[in-house]
Amino acid sequence: MRKALLLAGAVLLAVAGAAGAQTPRSGGLLKFAVGAEPPNYDCHANSSFAFIHPVRPHYNTLLKFDTTKYPAVKGDLAESWTVAKDGLTYTFRLRKGVKFHDGTTFTAEDIKATYERIRKPPQGVLSLREAAYVDISSIETPDPNTVVFKLSKPNASMLSNFASPWDCVYSAARLKKDPRFPERNIMGTGPFTFEEHVAGSHWRGRRFKDYFEKGKPYLEGFLAIFVAGAPMVNALAAGEVLAEFRGHSPADRDRIVKTLGDKAVVQESPWVCSLVVTFNTKKKPFDDARVRRALSVAIDRWGGAQALSKVALVRHVGGVLRPGYEFAANEKELMSYPGFSKDVNGSRAQAKKLLQETGVPNLTFTLTNRNVAMPYTPVGVFLIDQWRQIGVNVKHDQLETKLYLAAQQRDNPTFDAALDFNCDFMDEPNLQLLKYLSHDRSAINYAQQTDRTLDDLFDKQSGELDRKKRYAILRDFERRALDQAYTIPTIWWHRIIVTNRALKGWHITPSHYVGQDLTDVWLE
Amino acid sequence: MPTATAPAITYKIPRRRHPVLQFMVQQPLGAAGLAFIVLMAVCALFAPWVAPYDPLDVDYSSMLAAPSADHWLGTDSFGRDVLSRIIFGARTALAVGFLASFTGSTIGAVTGVVSAYFGGKIDLVIQRIMDVLLSFPIIVLAITVVAVLGKNIILGVDVNLVVAIGLPMIPKVARVVRSSALAIRELPYIDAARTAGYSDTRIIFRHMVPNVVAPYLIMITAFVAQAILAEASLSFLGLGVTEPTASWGLMLSGAAADFYQQAPWMIVFPGIAISLAVFAFNLFGDSLRDWLDPKIKL
Repeated sequence: MRKALLLAGAVLLAVAGAAGAQTPRSGGLLKFAVGAEPPNYDCHANSSFAFIHPVRPHYNTLLKFDTTKYPAVKGDLAESWTVAKDGLTYTFRLRKGVKFHDGTTFTAEDIKATYERIRKPPQGVLSLREAAYVDISSIETPDPNTVVFKLSKPNASMLSNFASPWDCVYSAARLKKDPRFPERNIMGTGPFTFEEHVAGSHWRGRRFKDYFEKGKPYLEGFLAIFVAGAPMVNALAAGEVLAEFRGHSPADRDRIVKTLGDKAVVQESPWVCSLVVTFNTKKKPFDDARVRRALSVAIDRWGGAQALSKVALVRHVGGVLRPGYEFAANEKELMSYPGFSKDVNGSRAQAKKLLQETGVPNLTFTLTNRNVAMPYTPVGVFLIDQWRQIGVNVKHDQLETKLYLAAQQRDNPTFDAALDFNCDFMDEPNLQLLKYLSHDRSAINYAQQTDRTLDDLFDKQSGELDRKKRYAILRDFERRALDQAYTIPTIWWHRIIVTNRALKGWHITPSHYVGQDLTDVWLE
Repeated sequence: MPTATAPAITYKIPRRRHPVLQFMVQQPLGAAGLAFIVLMAVCALFAPWVAPYDPLDVDYSSMLAAPSADHWLGTDSFGRDVLSRIIFGARTALAVGFLASFTGSTIGAVTGVVSAYFGGKIDLVIQRIMDVLLSFPIIVLAITVVAVLGKNIILGVDVNLVVAIGLPMIPKVARVVRSSALAIRELPYIDAARTAGYSDTRIIFRHMVPNVVAPYLIMITAFVAQAILAEASLSFLGLGVTEPTASWGLMLSGAAADFYQQAPWMIVFPGIAISLAVFAFNLFGDSLRDWLDPKIKL
């Protein structure tokens, strides 16, 4: 394995050097694998890689991340922008001559309609990131190429939010006719037009000839093939597909590198992604904080991270923010939180005592999980084993992506506990903490709880521009969240991507949602 | 006057062997299959005492350990003992196998007899429904049923999985049993029963069904093997039982596919278990057919 890694590293360096000297070529069809299928076509209502990888190339956003200088942002539909000194006004100058795929011209009205839909979704429209834009008080369009966002209070993450890959810009005219138009239709300004989606098979896009960046995209088209697990690894190893952009386990990486040899390029990065356990607080006994805390305390995160990193794509122990991030808790702080002690036996004894106190020493429940093997299955098995050791019996229900999401997102959900993912396009408390915010303020909080203490702490940190003060508020938030344990973090991920050498112009970032518009990607 | 006494004629009544012994002597291969099935059933029944470890015990210090004195068949990517999981996996295989085969074959047998007894339009309609079911490959039909019904665990067994695997068996058994029942329907005792005024239900269940038991039993045995394979296939495809339950098909999928080069024991031994079980049931089923069929005996 060490040989394989050395080889991959050498290949990576060689290719990186060579790529710098190469001029992008036009043409070719990029075939890549996607491990699951999108449940619908609406960017604002989705949160999975299964959606962003095939759909993102059809759309533009206001800003986007510069993948070579992550987390720096650059203009996408915005040509330039200014932020007022008080942090309350964001003015964007938009590109001219941008066309939608149906031939209509893009204007500031499209930006306004898109963000109005995200922050105040009409009835029947799901907007998962509504809470991130709650500080916007108005959106103005003084002329067709200018859009002005007015904020009610400063927001530390607002500029980065405008680079969110989920904020696909839709046509105002289409939304006016039908606010749910994007659920079943693809129509953006992006570098690729939509050609076909064959359910269970593939998704195909073709180069948009009127794309506003002259000479781009380089690719003639792309073909996203829906394949997962061992067949996906085999396809990558055989060169049938050139990439899978979500991430591989260490074992898969070694297998692909061994087969592809010098055609393999390995890129690794920490990952803004963790698996969290969400308890349905509307259901007994999960309405009792002591039960939830007992189940959190019973998990040996340190031992689990060390062991699972050998067989799965999880590696790091962290709280509500990614370990290593400037606002994340350090190890000493972490160990003072419930569920993060390194004294495994003491923690389990405490967990058993809590369950005894609550009258459910032999608790039985169902863990709803996703049927995407990596890392959902190994982490699910790990958790079930951890809980078994305090006498808790857990049934494992692994569902297909659409059913798995529906089980958590439906009104009055009936699940007991679910292994949910908390993945974002960047490190930012305003994004990662949405999982922990009260349900009436966050559409992605499936625990259903209302906790105004957490809400207040969230608002405080969000408006705090002093980094030290923000850090301190975040620790208060974290302690409260882990103590109440509505939603508990398990283990943070580590991203490993192996691509074929023929694929150029793609750079890894800590998020598998970023850098997927394929504008700069080309084939050797 | 001398009298001649006729020599006493003695008849030697052939000693009747016990049917099981008779089967073993006449069908040695089938007996070997039966012995393996019994062994598997005993292991499944007494798994907690037979297995060296709890199949769910995760041991991260023994991940992907090669076969050794501690773990005869090695461990998987969670450090779980492969032998123990195979022994407990036999429970899943046999439970789903027998239940699916029994349910499918029984419904098929009754359907076949009813179809043959009534004939006419009822027979026509039932047989066309059977044609539709037969037109789907067994695994495709099972996948469809599992996908539509989802999971429904009762007493540790996924009832919907049993239905999914048993459903494709119905038309096959119905066809075979119907052909036997058609011949029985024409026999005088059935006419006698009708003349005596017995109800259709009584004639079917008291006089016809007992006479098609032989093909029914043979098909149950044969279909257990198919059901074990189907359960393993569905679990392999992620539609059967889920982790961490011990299941042979599940042991071949997931992490086993990731580590088959590094830890080949993760797939080799469950694969052998599936092959042996299917082979044993097929041997036993074939032998049982030969043994019960009077034409083959002649």
